[in-house]
Amino acid sequence: MSSATETDNVTASNVHPNSLRVYNTLTKQKEPFETLIPGKVGIYLCGPTVYKEAHIGHMVGPVIYTFGSEEQKKRFLPRIANLDDWWCQGFSEPGAGSDLASLKTRAVREGDHYVVNGQKTWTTLAQYADWIFCLVRTDTEAKKQEGISFLLIDIKTPGIEVRPIVTIDGGREINEVFLTDVKVPVENLVGQENKGWDYAKFLLGNERTNIARIGMSKQRIARIRELAGKEMSSGRPLIEDERFREKLAAIEIDLKALELTQLRVVAADAKRGNTGRPDPASSILKIKGSEIQQATTHLLMEVMGPYAVPYIPEHDDRWNEPSEVPDYAPSAAPNYFNFRKVSIYGGSNEIQKNIIAKAVLGL
Amino acid sequence: MDFDLTEEQSILKDSLDRLLADTYAFEERKRHMASAEGWSAEAWNRYAEMGLMALPFAEEDGGIGGGPVETMIVMEALGKALALEPYFATVILGGGFLRLGGSAEQRSELVSGVADGSVKLAFAHTERNSRFDLVRVETTARKDGDGWVLSGSKSVVLHGDCADRIFVTARTGGEADDETGIGIFLVDANAEGVSRRGYATQDGLRAAELTLENVRVPAEAVYGDPSDALPLVRRVVDQAIAALSAEAVGVMSAMHALTVDYMKVRKQFGVPIGAFQVLQHKAVDMYVAIEQARSITLYATMMADSDDAAERAKAMHAAKAEIGRGGRLVGENAIQIHGGVGMTMEYAVGHYFKRMTMIDVAFGNTDHHMRALARAGGLFSAAA
Ligand SMILES: Cc1cc2nc3c(=O)[nH]c(=O)nc-3n(C[C@H](O)[C@H](O)[C@H](O)COP(=O)(O)OP(=O)(O)OC[C@H]3O[C@@H](n4cnc5c(N)ncnc54)[C@H](O)[C@@H]3O)c2cc1C
Ligand SMILES: Cc1cc2nc3c(=O)[nH]c(=O)nc-3n(C[C@H](O)[C@H](O)[C@H](O)COP(=O)(O)OP(=O)(O)OC[C@H]3O[C@@H](n4cnc5c(N)ncnc54)[C@H](O)[C@@H]3O)c2cc1C
Repeated sequence: MSSATETDNVTASNVHPNSLRVYNTLTKQKEPFETLIPGKVGIYLCGPTVYKEAHIGHMVGPVIYTFGSEEQKKRFLPRIANLDDWWCQGFSEPGAGSDLASLKTRAVREGDHYVVNGQKTWTTLAQYADWIFCLVRTDTEAKKQEGISFLLIDIKTPGIEVRPIVTIDGGREINEVFLTDVKVPVENLVGQENKGWDYAKFLLGNERTNIARIGMSKQRIARIRELAGKEMSSGRPLIEDERFREKLAAIEIDLKALELTQLRVVAADAKRGNTGRPDPASSILKIKGSEIQQATTHLLMEVMGPYAVPYIPEHDDRWNEPSEVPDYAPSAAPNYFNFRKVSIYGGSNEIQKNIIAKAVLGL
Repeated sequence: MDFDLTEEQSILKDSLDRLLADTYAFEERKRHMASAEGWSAEAWNRYAEMGLMALPFAEEDGGIGGGPVETMIVMEALGKALALEPYFATVILGGGFLRLGGSAEQRSELVSGVADGSVKLAFAHTERNSRFDLVRVETTARKDGDGWVLSGSKSVVLHGDCADRIFVTARTGGEADDETGIGIFLVDANAEGVSRRGYATQDGLRAAELTLENVRVPAEAVYGDPSDALPLVRRVVDQAIAALSAEAVGVMSAMHALTVDYMKVRKQFGVPIGAFQVLQHKAVDMYVAIEQARSITLYATMMADSDDAAERAKAMHAAKAEIGRGGRLVGENAIQIHGGVGMTMEYAVGHYFKRMTMIDVAFGNTDHHMRALARAGGLFSAAA
């Protein structure tokens, strides 16, 4: 066992470090993480900048690297690493969420291209994406998992329409994507036709690991400590309140254990070699990682006390004058609301438990 | 015990439920929320016509003479409909000070306006450092001739932006956390020296930041004893907690109904998701939490009028903590079971979840009341 306990999601999720960048929703710029917080991955903090979302190239990069053709690797990987291209994930459909394999978006081969028709939904940051990687049905006769292919689609191709979906916190991060007679060159097929489900499972295993977001939770805990030192309760800083401190300690224990669990998963993965199949233990990371993120966003909201109540959108000019509402407070409740998503996406926590029950416990 | 409603109470419940079902559908609510006021004047007038504003006031003051049970019925119905109107601020909080702290003259001056819907009230207490403590007041009231001069800042004044008159806690003596030396003053929202900044709250209601700069009020603005009004504040807030608990029960049951319906229609893996036992059990946990919340709300309602301040406070701590943790369980599971749909602004369930979350923050969150109940010695005493 090595002495390194300082992990971040880069090492843990088999991602080439260069492929990780953040999209700064405020400046609408793509920036390397290092420019924000050196060495840290992903921050969702309270404060004037509400959140910065990692772009999704880190999901498709490893798929292309592992299953793509030489041409695809040459064409896409450097641009993913440099952040020249932004990607979004076109898996889910209105009728295919947890039951992803029931997806209906059709791709029909016509000469040197596919014609794609259908609808994707919940597509994160599609409004900023250059490319969308899609699961499409190429064989309607086969068993549902065996008729799926993995296509790389330029999102500016005629016939693609992106419509925003507003989330409960007022955020604009997800979209519906409509595909009507979209022509996709056959060279954009990853691997073999009708083998897309295998590549998707590989990607989802990585996604689960990445969703653990241990670095981000550490950052949030630091923020909770800082702000609970500022907010007063019964004449003392909230952080001195025993009940509050115990709640924080309980979350910290969970997080420390998960950090070690993550290292164990990574170490086991390295030893086993890349099998292209997700380790069912990655479901543990998803379950606990999302629970910790949700517990910390809730606790951060609690820090604010009554000041969690005002809804003040960012850069609301009317709030330029000084006010009693601390500038770090208004994003706390929206973050708590928004983070309900983490137990839903990337395969819901119920689905992760089904996976463990079957694959680990043999039930 | 008899938990049945009287005939009159049943009529109140049925007619209000029907009114809201007919006129306050979720799409209507969205429209009201997006309007400049953030609520519906039409709906407000309908409540007044139905007598909801007059309900808790004594008949001799021009009211209907309803009690905590009537308030519970109304608040639960408003919770189910996610009503945006300033009923809680005006009738429960403001009306509470009027009923419980107002002299005969003060009541005769104001009750009729509240009862017909023409006067809106609010309660300004929270300050930058008060968090959930009722005792911590730094706003000051200085005696000036017959009247008083108020100075200070108040935060998150629920519906403080539309209120005509605002009940304000201010210190007439003592230190920031002394039990005595707190007075309660009725301030005209347009008085000189009053400035307010209104905003939407996370759950789509409205609130305001309030600044008082040497605001002069007459002697008649004082409610109760200007040097010892904390017991009155506690009493009004206790009744408000009982009312909020009832609203929470309405919010939770509506969320649950939406969730169970969704479980029957949403299909994955070829079956309704309601066929998955893990989701059935979640829905059952929600159901149990709601019934427990309903029971503790009944207890709070029965205790709301009690003159035993210590026992009454314990009942409210228990109720607020129970609806806080039950509400969180119900809300989080409602979103989870809806999957992606639950995360969308367009769909109702998220709005119930947000209201529930903000109810927990109002007048002390779960932790605050759990701690207070523990400090007060709990609900059941030790074996002799
Ligand atoms: C904010 C957000 C961002 C997202 N971003 C993307 C994206 O970029 N790209 C993309 O492709 N998708 C994305 N998704 C979609 C996400 O992966 C789906 O929401 C998720 O797979 C669940 O599907 P669903 O929403 O249709 O819920 P459903 O599958 O309908 O599930 C509803 C409920 O039923 C439960 N359930 C379903 N099946 C079972 C079962 N067998 N046993 C027990 N319980 C079950 C679920 O756990 C859930 O609680 C995003 C979702 C959200 C909320
Ligand atoms: C102290 C004690 C006193 C008892 N007294 C009496 C008595 O006086 N008279 C009498 O007739 N019996 C009595 N019982 C028996 C009792 O009713 C049974 O133990 C009970 O019905 C469970 O049956 P089982 O033990 O065979 O467990 P199982 O039925 O084998 O259950 C094992 C586990 O599986 C779960 N399970 C089973 N079916 C399902 C399902 N469909 N969905 C989800 N989970 C499921 C159970 O909840 C349990 O956790 C007693 C038992 C105990 C422990």
